[in-house]
Amino acid sequence: MSQPVLVLVDHAGGALRPITAELLTAAARLGDPTAVVVGTPGTAQQLAAELGRHGASRVFAAEGPDAEAYLITPAVAALAAAAAQTQPVAVLLPSTIDGREVAGRLSARLESGLLADAVDVRLAEDGTVVAEQSVFGGEYTVHARVTVGTPIISLRTSAIEAQETAGTAEVVPVELVVDPAVSARVVAEHPEPAGDRPELTAADVVVSGGRGVGSAENFALVEALADVFGGAVGASRAAVDSGYYPSQFQVGQTGTTVSPQLYIALGVSGAIQHRAGMQTSKTIVAVNKDPDAPIFELADVGVVGDLFTIAPALTEAVRERKG
Amino acid sequence: MSDPLHVVVLVKQVPDTYSERRLREEDWTLDRDATDPVIDEIDTRGVEAGLQLVEEHGGEVTVLTMGPERATEALRKALAMGAARAVHVQDDRLAGACALQTSVALAAALRTLAPDLVITGNESTDGRTGSLPSMLAERLGVPQITSAKALRLDAATRSLSAERVHDSGVTEVTATLPAVVSVNEKTNEPRYPNFKGIMSAKKKPVSVLGLDDLEVDPARFGTGATSTTVLAGAPRPARAAGETLTDDGQGNSVATVVEHLVAGRLL
Repeated sequence: MSQPVLVLVDHAGGALRPITAELLTAAARLGDPTAVVVGTPGTAQQLAAELGRHGASRVFAAEGPDAEAYLITPAVAALAAAAAQTQPVAVLLPSTIDGREVAGRLSARLESGLLADAVDVRLAEDGTVVAEQSVFGGEYTVHARVTVGTPIISLRTSAIEAQETAGTAEVVPVELVVDPAVSARVVAEHPEPAGDRPELTAADVVVSGGRGVGSAENFALVEALADVFGGAVGASRAAVDSGYYPSQFQVGQTGTTVSPQLYIALGVSGAIQHRAGMQTSKTIVAVNKDPDAPIFELADVGVVGDLFTIAPALTEAVRERKG
Repeated sequence: MSDPLHVVVLVKQVPDTYSERRLREEDWTLDRDATDPVIDEIDTRGVEAGLQLVEEHGGEVTVLTMGPERATEALRKALAMGAARAVHVQDDRLAGACALQTSVALAAALRTLAPDLVITGNESTDGRTGSLPSMLAERLGVPQITSAKALRLDAATRSLSAERVHDSGVTEVTATLPAVVSVNEKTNEPRYPNFKGIMSAKKKPVSVLGLDDLEVDPARFGTGATSTTVLAGAPRPARAAGETLTDDGQGNSVATVVEHLVAGRLL
């Protein structure tokens, strides 16, 4: 049996988030995937079959009322307890806001090195864990390893394709001890209403608007093109700062980094700030009226022209094509 | 609260994200000479959050940074905004420090300051690990509220409440001081230093602390003791030059775009 690799299970209300299967797939490259579920009693049992199908051979159940009453520290406690029991080759977590925070605390508690936002992991010939990271918005790819303690690695959403196996997982309880004195308490949760569009980081197609879109109302053109692809809508910082679109949709260095199959930039000039958030996209299409706009240096297909003519025509053409 | 509030805000000097950033090819670490250093934009929001709290409840803001000598510029900006004093952790043995080493040094510096509240940016724009606030909270043995907005302090009960923005919504949380809070881009709009602030910043005290001034094990520091090592790196392969066409004003380019999408199996 290979060495255990701990995976923090990301779930909401008893449903797995897609990153969990990606983490288990990554864990299988390093050793024996071992899931750690932090939740209210019964959660691990409910998730065990699905976790097993994605490669987990064991599921540690760290369950109790504290799991959802406090922020971050329950997951840290559960992972620390599981690590003490299993001496894992690595601990893998989602590179979400919560995941990275759990990783930070765990790294200090275990005095172990942390590699954040990895896009791939592998086991080197000498048995060490190597993580691949895409830094500075994809300007560089680096391979790094942890040299102190147990490697703690957070994995970027959608970086690895999840695989299924025919496995089943056995549930093992682990004690959940949370110190209220060092924990922030949850008063209320307000989940974001799930819109019809996919999340920016998970979308295969992203259509972004920039300053050239000109107004909040005109973003309807951007949305319409995104919707025919079933894609997500993004915005450049200039568009967000001008109040055209809400800041959570900002793509760029100070916003979200995306790497979709297709990125369509409408009226985006392509400042470095924006390019850092999208230049690892597989195919880039840009429409801008300024032939000197830097976005054209990146574009696989660049169109110098009026987005108010081209975007609706493209929307119509794609709709026809898709039938 | 009987005692005045002491807030410590962490600031960091980072390469300007509006300029091209490079990694040194010898060791794949950040080439800090290749770019213009600026105070991390997110940290000015941290300073603003600290100032708002002491303006409401009384007390003082201290700014803390770790970095080479020129990081003083980031401290001066924060002092000009209204912080009372600054502490600069500066030691050659901290060059190239990893996140874990940084957290050891900063936690030791924070212990000497004994703040009620530590405020940081949620992630720096150069490192982007977003892990330092939680590492500090763990080392100090205090609660943390990250990505906080709508910060409110009940001085009588020393209870801090905030809305925490995360990937799938917003959580209302509370924590008892002392605590670590990180702010995000939506937390507030930072004030601009005025002329009076800039002038008075020059007279405000900046104390420099080296590793020997802190209760830390010196063996943990130095590039030989970092917790992570970069093995290899490569710049992004240049994108193959694409095709640029000029639309005739009637949308004649659309057919070509569609052809490309079909050829790339995107349609």
